[in-house]
Amino acid sequence: MTLYEFAVDPFLEFAFMRRALAACLALSLGCGPVGVLLVLRRMSLMGDAMSHAVLPGAAIGFLAAGLSLWAMGIGGFLAGLAVALLAGLVSRVTALREDASFAAFYLISLAGGVLIVSLRGSNVDLMHVLFGTILAVDDAGLLLVAGIASVTLLVLALLYRPLVVECFDPGFLRAVGGSRGRLGALCHLVFLVLVVLNLVGGFQALGTLMAVGLMMLPAASARFWAEGIATLALTAMALAFASGIGGLLLSFHLNLPSGPSIVLVAGAGYLLSLALGPVGSLRTRWFPGRHLEA
Amino acid sequence: MGGGNVTLSFPDATAAPLVRLTDLTLGYRRHPAVHHLSGGFRDGSLTAVVGPNGAGKSTLLKAMVGALRPLDGRVTLHGLTAADIAYLPQQAEVERDFPIDVLDTVLLGHWRRVGIFRSIGGALRGQAEEALAVVGLSGFERRPIAALSAGQFQRVLFARMLLQDARLILLDEPFTAIDARTTADLLDVVRRWHGERRTVIAVLHDLEQVRAHFPETLLLAREPIAWGRTADVLAPANLVRARAMAEGWDDKAGLCRRTVP
Repeated sequence: MTLYEFAVDPFLEFAFMRRALAACLALSLGCGPVGVLLVLRRMSLMGDAMSHAVLPGAAIGFLAAGLSLWAMGIGGFLAGLAVALLAGLVSRVTALREDASFAAFYLISLAGGVLIVSLRGSNVDLMHVLFGTILAVDDAGLLLVAGIASVTLLVLALLYRPLVVECFDPGFLRAVGGSRGRLGALCHLVFLVLVVLNLVGGFQALGTLMAVGLMMLPAASARFWAEGIATLALTAMALAFASGIGGLLLSFHLNLPSGPSIVLVAGAGYLLSLALGPVGSLRTRWFPGRHLEA
Repeated sequence: MGGGNVTLSFPDATAAPLVRLTDLTLGYRRHPAVHHLSGGFRDGSLTAVVGPNGAGKSTLLKAMVGALRPLDGRVTLHGLTAADIAYLPQQAEVERDFPIDVLDTVLLGHWRRVGIFRSIGGALRGQAEEALAVVGLSGFERRPIAALSAGQFQRVLFARMLLQDARLILLDEPFTAIDARTTADLLDVVRRWHGERRTVIAVLHDLEQVRAHFPETLLLAREPIAWGRTADVLAPANLVRARAMAEGWDDKAGLCRRTVP
């Protein structure tokens, strides 16, 4: 088998592979920069918590309307947003820190989701909610993922400056940002909405349990390749898309489930970056080279 | 200690103060950290706030920027909006390993002029480079802030404040853990602000530094001890009284019944 047959033929031959590829591209464009901002805000684990919080909403959507992408998407979006808002609210009006209140609400949400899932017994369709169906993505699904990516990029472009300052120096933004210091809180809120949106986009491709994989792994890997925020975001997008292609091919040739394949390829990319990347990786720590003159 | 029998010669609050404090009590969980403070900071004055640890110095600055709601009394800003104040907190919540370079950090000082959307042109960039030159960091424009020493980073924050063009500048222990050379350079910046008739209030610990560079001083020890010309305020008797302040709070403290004189 030549490289061409291995890497290009599957996409030329099968429409479902082309659709999956397009979905991966859209997901990468949205998840890449959102993941980078999550890492910079030290909210990596919050992305994970949020992806679990999406589950009961998607399950309720499924119970109400069957395997309807829109019902599950809207359900998941509302559940994720509710958890994010409640956690943010609790941390702002009480002494509990945001990560602790996040953990509390997502556990409640996850347990509720598992309860709903188990009430329905073992259902193959519901397995799709949990583990994704990127190889069976239809037009509506593609539109949803592409729409989410477009909205994400537009909003990030509009709010780029305050979002970055809010990560870097929140006290300064409170002092100069105007809106009586609420600009930071507003940005945070909009950003959380973006995170939930992208997780909803990811869950129908990769499943609720792995949607966060395509967001966090490329973003964490990008830290070892780039030093500016824009280059970090571009690197994360490229790594996510490369993982998508690699995972799809792996799943096609070895007949593996697509969601875990994509996330595992992203994981392999992370381990490689960690070992070999040019910025702060193991290689630069262990073999720094001779020091410079000044 | 009873504040009622303390006689203080506070600066004349009627002489057009920029910031007026009226019977101000600040604190945490109802325990006062600043107790019944009245007086004013004149427009264009250069004041040091000194006192033992826990005396309420940082708390006072926080109340002046509106980050802390007074337990009692009030802070009145005359002809100032929040945007006219530049505040350098003691421990800025800055993410020091954030991927941003020195010039971009300094350019944030232009926020009032550019806001969220406006682009930053050559003129504004030129001002930022000038500000970096003033604090002695020319050539550092593209250096990531993660690669700076504590002193260099403090210079960057001063350069950002230079661009903020604020009428009231609040500095909370700006020279703590900073080497002598940097301190001297940044004190020059403070003098420059004073020369431009900006009002500067700095929380400081080094009394020699205060005597040398700050014409006015407020000595706080939870209760206001003295406020006025530095030489008078830092008299030995006042310092002894400030040192006698009990740190920490009394869990069983009763309600304060003191009335305003």
